[in-house]
Amino acid sequence: MTPTLILGGYLGAGKTTLVNHLLRHADGRRIAVMVNDFGELTIDADLIEGADEGVLALAGGCVCCSIGSDLIGALQDVLGRSRPPELILIETSGVALPAAVARSARLLPDLCIEGIVVVLDAQTVRERSADPYVGDLVRQQLLEADLLILNKIEQCNAAEQADLHRWLGVMTAPGTPIVPASQARVPPELVLGFRAQSLEPADVPQAQSLSRWQAKPIGRAGDPASERFVSELLTLPAALDPQPLLLALGDPAAGIVRAKGWITDLSGQRHLLQQVGRRIELTPLTTQTPAPGPDRLLVIGLAALYRRDNLPVNPSLKT
Amino acid sequence: MTTTLYSARKILTMNPSRPHATHVAVRDGRILGVGSLSELQGWGPSELDERFADKVIMPGFVEAHAHLMAGAMWRYTYCGYFDLRDPDGRVWPGCQSLEAVVSRLSEAARQQPEGPILGWGFDPIYFGTRRMSRADLDRVSDTRAVGMLHASFHILNVNSVALQGAQFLRPGMDHPGIPLAEDGLPTGELKGPDAMMPANPQVGLDRSLLSGDEFAIRAYGKLAVRAGVTTATDLAATLLDPELASLLRVTAESDYPLRIVPLLRLLGGTPAQTVARAVELGKQSTDQLRLGRIKVVADGSIQGFSARLRWPGYFNGAPNGLWYTAPEAIRECFTLALQHGLQVHTHTNGDEATELAIDCLAQALSAVPTRDHRFNLQHCQLADAAQFRRMKELDMCVNLFANHHFYWGDQHYATTVGPERAERMNACATAQRTGVPFTIHSDAPVTPLGPLFTAWCAVNRLTASGRVQGASERISVDAALQAITLGAAYTLKLDHEIGSIECGKRADFAVLVDDPTAVPAEQLKDVRIWGTVQGGRIFQAAGPV
Repeated sequence: MTPTLILGGYLGAGKTTLVNHLLRHADGRRIAVMVNDFGELTIDADLIEGADEGVLALAGGCVCCSIGSDLIGALQDVLGRSRPPELILIETSGVALPAAVARSARLLPDLCIEGIVVVLDAQTVRERSADPYVGDLVRQQLLEADLLILNKIEQCNAAEQADLHRWLGVMTAPGTPIVPASQARVPPELVLGFRAQSLEPADVPQAQSLSRWQAKPIGRAGDPASERFVSELLTLPAALDPQPLLLALGDPAAGIVRAKGWITDLSGQRHLLQQVGRRIELTPLTTQTPAPGPDRLLVIGLAALYRRDNLPVNPSLKT
Repeated sequence: MTTTLYSARKILTMNPSRPHATHVAVRDGRILGVGSLSELQGWGPSELDERFADKVIMPGFVEAHAHLMAGAMWRYTYCGYFDLRDPDGRVWPGCQSLEAVVSRLSEAARQQPEGPILGWGFDPIYFGTRRMSRADLDRVSDTRAVGMLHASFHILNVNSVALQGAQFLRPGMDHPGIPLAEDGLPTGELKGPDAMMPANPQVGLDRSLLSGDEFAIRAYGKLAVRAGVTTATDLAATLLDPELASLLRVTAESDYPLRIVPLLRLLGGTPAQTVARAVELGKQSTDQLRLGRIKVVADGSIQGFSARLRWPGYFNGAPNGLWYTAPEAIRECFTLALQHGLQVHTHTNGDEATELAIDCLAQALSAVPTRDHRFNLQHCQLADAAQFRRMKELDMCVNLFANHHFYWGDQHYATTVGPERAERMNACATAQRTGVPFTIHSDAPVTPLGPLFTAWCAVNRLTASGRVQGASERISVDAALQAITLGAAYTLKLDHEIGSIECGKRADFAVLVDDPTAVPAEQLKDVRIWGTVQGGRIFQAAGPV
């Protein structure tokens, strides 16, 4: 199962900027970026190593592939490469509905669609949402987001930002986290997720180094562009009832925006847990691989909000 | 320098200053003159050719919205409800029951003992509520992949083998385009491109096959001869180099009977890249292959509920459709195309898409004031009178989908847009009254290539159930014949070369057995076609007339 994320958002929101940022911080992950067409996406030139048959070879074993008119075919092609990707990012067209793209990508049994990340232009999103031609589309994109990246936040003053947050609270599905950003700079793990070894005990120091990840401040001091993110590696009880855990993770008040880990339910079944914003999925693990130590959960939260009081966990690390 | 003088029972020139004649003189593939025998003998020595003495000659028909895929489909087995002739003139009787469809495909399987079996042209609206299932197609074969492409081209039915090959034959499928049967497995009906694409290669619809397919180009030419067509578009081409090379090669053959006008689709590149490519393509134009035009697709289809409608939307309450191209990209494409003197044809089915395209052109024209750009709206099925007035103000042309009335008019009336708007769909009379230059089309292979049938649709506005829908939008036979000749040529900016029979134009003729101006209007579709003359070369349609 190849983890796959859908990147949505209207034209000019900053999807391309985000993709470039993520590719720069791929940290060894082999990422395949699927784009509607090469024309719209301008991958930074220094990341491109070559081009061949509709595929751009990028630094670090990443590739960028054109979807054309056949999403499934393009995904099959990329999965069939001699070095298949570890992670797929599908950058949708600005006029696409990301949930429809996600539904179609789910037709491929080899993909695990982790969630939908929608990028917004903080300055124009409200105007766009009232546009007579594309307003309904923009509003639908907001509703379909599991996680919103509120980009170009430095263009808004504090009062405008507060106003925008209130407005987005009404326009989005309940529990959709809103992550402010400038130039789409967010912790890469927020979108890319964690590498499996981040959860291995041997790699705890790596997880620790992640914990103080901070978006590079851009703009005036004190604006939310310098919002801090925290992460924490949590150890879980040997067996637990998943429901309270899921509710706690999904509680907007907890400020948790991304999580990955393994849990064992009361019947002894192990599950992969993936959280992208308001979407949390449990995938039963079919092969009963013995747990490498106790079950773990690696979470990213918004520092201003993050709390884990309601999580049934034993913290193994503190930020 | 041979001059050939053709005599005819009647020549309908479509040139109002000399509407009828008995003879036409041809030299070097062009029309030297049209008139009486004695008038034309003034050009000097000539050969009198009387093979058309009992025929009616019209300007070769111009189909301004069809696709090369109309030729490609004849690689597969026709299973539509109505009788249809193939490029070689053989009549394929309509399959009027599911049983007939299964037996037609089973026969195809016997004749071609290996590989997938694919039928096309299937339309379940004629079979009540009964849908085709994978079990039906499993009866054709349970060891080979079997597919059935619907007439709309938006739905594909497949059998269990094809479902298995597409990795769809499993429980838990969750997609709006993949209905499930009671057993929790897909029924075999795959709706929309995303659901269809994984199954397409299983049933032999290879992605690479459909572009630059020489079989398709040749079959398209034969279909054109049979329909009296001498110039036809390929309305949404990708025109990559291999495809371009086959088009250039085949259309240059001395016995290729059709002038093809492929439009480069805005897809997979920015507007700037697409315009630059179209400029380059334009330089490679030949007499028989006219390049350098752009196609933009603004929205989807009305019967698929993917067209963008203005308030109050779909009659049955379905949510509004989708934008296929971002408004910003449409506007930029228009602006750049105007700057480079290129023509753009924009697919707009719903009236909101039409409104957007008009707005975008108005903005582009403010930036790049241009005369005689002849930008076209293609389909433009739902436009109202106010929109036609705006089109007129902006010098736009329109190509209306007259055939849609016959095939889907009843569905539009009952379900998609409701009675009032169904009656104004494809408003030929409004276009005419408003003075918007217009033509009418088949969108072949969506409906069969046949401008006289299309003209019949515009003149009579009968639906498949036999109702007249929108009597006030009917046009006269003369206006319809104008639309499929000079009208279409004008929308393609080719009216100085083709579309009428007059001195200096290309010797492109539709050769008819009956006179379309002498038969009752309701029989226009039954006018028999002998073949064509294209660039002075004679092409008799294959098979019986």
